[in-house]
Amino acid sequence: MNELINKVTKLLNDKTIDAFIGYGQGSTDRVRAIFARTVEQASKLIYTPACTFNLSGYLLKHEVKHLGKLGILANVAALRSIMQLASEFQIKDGEVYILFVNDDASLTEFSDFQSIEAFLEKANIDITPDEKARIEKIEAMSVSERWEFWNKEFEKCIKCYACRAACPMCYCHRCTTDVNQPQWIPVASHERGNLDYHLMRAMHLAGRCINCGECANACPMDIPLNLLTYQLIDPIKTGFGATAGMKADAVYALSTFKPDDKENFII
Amino acid sequence: MDKELKILKYSDLSKLIERFRSKGFPVLAPVQKGKVIEIEPVDTLDTIALDVLLSTQSAKKAAFPKVEKVLEYTLEKAAVKQTAIDPNAYAETILFGVRPCDASGFKSLDAIFGEAPSDAFYLNKKEKTTIISFSCPTADDYCFCTSVGGGPGYTAGSDIQFTAISKDELLVEILTEKGKKLSGLFNDLLTDASPSIDKEKFLADVKVVFDLDKVISNTTAAFNSAELWLDQSLRCIGCGACAFVCPTCACFDFQDEQNTKKGVRLRLWDSCGFSLFTLHTSGHNPREVQSQRWRQRIMHKFSYMPEQLKVLGCEGCGRCSRACPVDMNIKEHLTSIALQ
Repeated sequence: MNELINKVTKLLNDKTIDAFIGYGQGSTDRVRAIFARTVEQASKLIYTPACTFNLSGYLLKHEVKHLGKLGILANVAALRSIMQLASEFQIKDGEVYILFVNDDASLTEFSDFQSIEAFLEKANIDITPDEKARIEKIEAMSVSERWEFWNKEFEKCIKCYACRAACPMCYCHRCTTDVNQPQWIPVASHERGNLDYHLMRAMHLAGRCINCGECANACPMDIPLNLLTYQLIDPIKTGFGATAGMKADAVYALSTFKPDDKENFII
Repeated sequence: MDKELKILKYSDLSKLIERFRSKGFPVLAPVQKGKVIEIEPVDTLDTIALDVLLSTQSAKKAAFPKVEKVLEYTLEKAAVKQTAIDPNAYAETILFGVRPCDASGFKSLDAIFGEAPSDAFYLNKKEKTTIISFSCPTADDYCFCTSVGGGPGYTAGSDIQFTAISKDELLVEILTEKGKKLSGLFNDLLTDASPSIDKEKFLADVKVVFDLDKVISNTTAAFNSAELWLDQSLRCIGCGACAFVCPTCACFDFQDEQNTKKGVRLRLWDSCGFSLFTLHTSGHNPREVQSQRWRQRIMHKFSYMPEQLKVLGCEGCGRCSRACPVDMNIKEHLTSIALQ
């Protein structure tokens, strides 16, 4: 922790960065994002086992961007988000100062996207055993059971859009669901509106989701949304050979065409 | 009316639900569903989550649902035929087992929806809802009802309030004419309570953490303190979780759903936290950035509402803080405003 505070203090002092996005103590048993702009604020940075959420979404928040040159404490999920955002031309190489805390509490600083790519090749990007068990349970269901499972989950949705707001990849200035003239999907949080919203969002994340799970963590109604987008990771990998968030210059599988693309899904 | 104090045996509580249901009254009560506690129609006492801190969402949906049909229409050639929805078409309903902050939240909604032109959809539902609240034996760190004028045994907004005074007995406070009328259904189960029962003894200890007058005056004065609002809201991601779980947030949007022949007009929950909330057709947005939207949330509850409607827009239930994905803790932010 001290190493992190010292490092950020130095970065702020020598004006390498204007603000650092890291973790700080939150309410009672929670941690929260903090934005250190002064040495005093940097002294409040923490890094504990509870500091697991993906901070990268803040890199695109208007007011955060306007703090100046940013530094960020990135975990594996955040590094992958940053790679995916780079491939979508949302972050430029060198634009953000990126720090990573190693298992032995030492710090790794990434000088460029290439070094992040090399790091991610060796990093563990597997899902947790708990997530794996939940996915297997869903995949073992028949199509109709699965339909019923998700419809039951979506029934709880209140369309607060916390999932969308928490997702680093949901950065559209005007989401499809907010376009109401004409309405592409029903705006209301009724059965059809909830289903259409979540399916639309999942489809828009196919091949882009890096499975950080922030959508599910954000949901006040406890809908396991990460399990929905997770199920689109494999089809994209097997169908197009692409895994999101591994390369800064990746081409988005669903927006390009290659002559040797499989066409067996076209009837 | 003067409140009446009675005693009900805990073992008779299930009979109340049975009687309400046999009379055909829908009963809405907190129900545990996984990690979430929803307020839902129930038929029996055993499905009700009475020992939980409080429901995930507030009880406001009993009178202000997330989706509400307000108009139907058909399109024939060039003519539009409208069919009004009868706002009275709502059964007498019992809201059971909610907390005092839920019940008192309706005071703010009454003021908002009661302001001219009054809102028949809300007011009719509210009028037909009888609220039986349960005082709070426990509280958590997010609770701050006592700092905004409420409390774990606050009775405003409730028609009847129950307080567990022993393992077997509930103190019953019959508070309004509506409550008195409903108690007619279970009068035979009630015995007189001794006026010496000290209800406070059975309530959670919720400490006052800030000076409300200071919050109100400082909020009003802080409109132009851009730094304050930015500092508080840098981590806010602009979702609507806080507004949608809030017992007093009342903002809504209208959307039409139609095909070439017919359509419906729906009223939907909306939130001042959304960037789209104030976006003009021209493309101009008077609340351009999240800190301005956060300021609006606080100003509306602690400055505009007290000034214009003489009610506060906050019950101190802490739901917004618990639901917030990024830990925006309203109690903490209000405390810092009070100390400005």
